Amino acid sequence: MRSPLVAKTVFSIGPVPITEPVLVTWGLIAGLVLLAYLATRRLSLRPGPAQAALEVVVSTAQSHIAETMRVAPAPYVALLGTLFAFILTANWSTIVPGIEPPTAYLETDAALAVIVFVAVIYYGIRARGFVGYLKTFAEPTALMVPLNLIATFTRTFSLIVRLFGNVMSGVFIVGIVLSLAGLLVPIPLMALELLIGAVQAYIFTVLAMVFVGQAVGGAGSPERTQGSLS
Amino acid sequence: MNWLDLVSIIAAAVAVSFGAIGPALAEGRAVAAAMDAIARQPEAAGTISRTLFVGLAMIETMAIYCLVIALLVLFANPFIR
Repeated sequence: MRSPLVAKTVFSIGPVPITEPVLVTWGLIAGLVLLAYLATRRLSLRPGPAQAALEVVVSTAQSHIAETMRVAPAPYVALLGTLFAFILTANWSTIVPGIEPPTAYLETDAALAVIVFVAVIYYGIRARGFVGYLKTFAEPTALMVPLNLIATFTRTFSLIVRLFGNVMSGVFIVGIVLSLAGLLVPIPLMALELLIGAVQAYIFTVLAMVFVGQAVGGAGSPERTQGSLS
Repeated sequence: MNWLDLVSIIAAAVAVSFGAIGPALAEGRAVAAAMDAIARQPEAAGTISRTLFVGLAMIETMAIYCLVIALLVLFANPFIR
């Protein structure tokens, strides 16, 4: 059986090997950018059906961010919305035959989590200033500094492992059932996999929201976010 | 078959099976508490289920850690080969 930790190399540009998940990621990026470009090409005050649908999506994202972070959502909706859209399409790309979701490989998830890690620091420094952001590490008392430092890294790690484990185990289980039972049997499992993919995309985005919200410090953030550090 | 292979297969099975016990109990309790809360306060169902999903994912992560360890033992074991 093929190891889920190693990606298949398709071709290589010079010394850089291009693996299958990288190719799928490029395809997804191109598709999402094309879709966004086509949907926003002719914006008007009296929206057509495509623009109305897009507006529903964007305003849902904005209200979600405002509810979770308790701050004005405008600076964050681009990053968090893109994260959600990308992870959702990546997880759901498994329904196209012959394509494995790129989030089933550790490298894609690591890249996404590092984006969140950098974004938390960036938004934190932008909202509170450099010294003010450093002070958040000593939030309840100065005794908590080492724990808060460790938590900054472990929560990034747990973002990686959560997404990777969920998506990869789904692909793995479908593969095993297919090899044991044959055609058409894994279809219910694949339906479950679509649900899990959507839930995981949502959770990754909500956690990114919570982390950014904690760094930015919306009203009463410590009480609200304490429970979901993991 | 090498006995090291045998031991790592058994270790992977033990890791997943015992690692799943705690999260299973915890998820059961979390869902039961959420059901109770929704039954008492149906108008808060949206907020409760959203928080429940995030919490369940947190709990589930513990089982996923065990799964990843099992896969490491099976596919990326430093002592085999």
